[in-house]
Amino acid sequence: MAQIFNKYGPILITAMGQTLLLALYGLFFACIIGLIVGIMSVVKNKFCRGFALVFVNLIRGVPMIVLAYFIFFGIPFFCNSILKIGGVTLTALQAGSICLALNCGAYMAEIIRAGIQSVDIGQMEAARSLGLPYWRAMQRVILPQAIRTMIPSIINQFIITLKDTSILSVIGFPELVNTAKNVVASTFLSFQTWGIVAIMYLIVILLLQWAAKVLERKLKYESK
Amino acid sequence: MNPNNVKIKVENLKKDFGRLNVLQGVSTEIYEGEVVVVIGPSGSGKSTFLRCLNRLEEVTEGRVIIDGQDITDPKTDINKLRERVGMVFQHFNLFNNMNVLRNLMLAPVDLKQCGKEEAKERALAMLERVGLQDKIKAFPHQLSGGQKQRVAIARSLCMKPDIMLFDEPTSALDPEMVGEVLDVMKELAREGMTMVVVTHEMGFAREVANRVMFIADGVILEEGTPEEVFDNPQNPRTRDFLNKVL
Ligand SMILES: Nc1ncnc2c1ncn2[C@@H]1O[C@H](COP(=O)(O)OP(=O)(O)O)[C@@H](O)[C@H]1O
Ligand SMILES: [Mg+2]
Repeated sequence: MAQIFNKYGPILITAMGQTLLLALYGLFFACIIGLIVGIMSVVKNKFCRGFALVFVNLIRGVPMIVLAYFIFFGIPFFCNSILKIGGVTLTALQAGSICLALNCGAYMAEIIRAGIQSVDIGQMEAARSLGLPYWRAMQRVILPQAIRTMIPSIINQFIITLKDTSILSVIGFPELVNTAKNVVASTFLSFQTWGIVAIMYLIVILLLQWAAKVLERKLKYESK
Repeated sequence: MNPNNVKIKVENLKKDFGRLNVLQGVSTEIYEGEVVVVIGPSGSGKSTFLRCLNRLEEVTEGRVIIDGQDITDPKTDINKLRERVGMVFQHFNLFNNMNVLRNLMLAPVDLKQCGKEEAKERALAMLERVGLQDKIKAFPHQLSGGQKQRVAIARSLCMKPDIMLFDEPTSALDPEMVGEVLDVMKELAREGMTMVVVTHEMGFAREVANRVMFIADGVILEEGTPEEVFDNPQNPRTRDFLNKVL
């Protein structure tokens, strides 16, 4: 194993960097999508709630590998051949990020909806009765409490999304799994290579979990 | 009480929840400085009535006019109006993510009623009034029920309201804490605050209410001074209710 790591360590670590980059882009946009769609699913407006419901169920009902193929191959094909807009291409990073953002965003929306709904309705009523507008109350009172309860689920979702980046090896993005496949193809040392890859994922995920614990402790309400 | 100044005028107020007709035509006038105690069986619509007064519930039919302003009119700036109508809830509803001082300062500062300095001064003055000036740094979960409710009252008062609505403010408290909350409310009443109080504390009603209102079946079945309603109720339903609670 040490031999493999000495020889292929640098490219595997670079690949892990690519994995993290993809996850970071995906998660960043997923958070934005999740927040918007999550809030849409709790407001009064029926259109917003309907849109959120359809979005979440659509994404949840389609395997991510299908979503990845659809975005990477389907969308450019649609633009070029059907809409006749020439030259539309997506890089694997772009398509992968969109795919992760949509997929993770839908699950984040559900987490955020549940988090907002877990805050006692009395908190909103008290804020409104003082004269605070809906969005202000959301921002100052509801979301800070909701986010606190959501942190374990959000971190869990981050971990799932980080692992889901491996699915994007199918569209040729040079992330860790894709790279490891190439290493195995040229060395035939599959036990050692996949062992190293597993350990690399494990280390990153353990670090993420540790950061989550620290964050959770920081967010306790205490009089200081 | 100033009978020349109608503070709240309720005209044929109706409220449905789907097919359930909770309020079926409530009309009354509440005067400046008046203390009205609302009593009635559970589920009779007391909370709903109170919540229609600051539009926490959308009114189905009828009008609620506060200081000449129809609050059921969609053009009314309801947030502006709510700044002047404080509300105290059965379950306190202190903001759990903030300490006591920030609970009190949030609305005045956020709504630009005053600057941070003045909001803090106000908050400290109000906390002193309810006897909790030493709790400014405490979070809600560190307070007893009675303390939470006194903070909630102080929080409302920080907006300088001229009407206060109380929805069973002592119902969720241990018996030994009821007194401290009622004392704060009595003090407010004495200072001339217009108050509408839903409560089962008949002693409080007798002591400070100008008027007792008995609500059942979605209408005001009987109203009058505490003596009239408690000592000589006219409606059999009122008599029946009072027999059960007294
Ligand atoms: N948001 C709501 N949706 C549906 N029904 C409601 C709602 N709020 C209250 N009700 C119903 O209206 C009736 C009156 O409730 P409420 O005003 O809380 O009574 P009270 O405060 O006198 O106990 C009850 O039957 C209650 O179940
Ligand atoms: Mg009630």
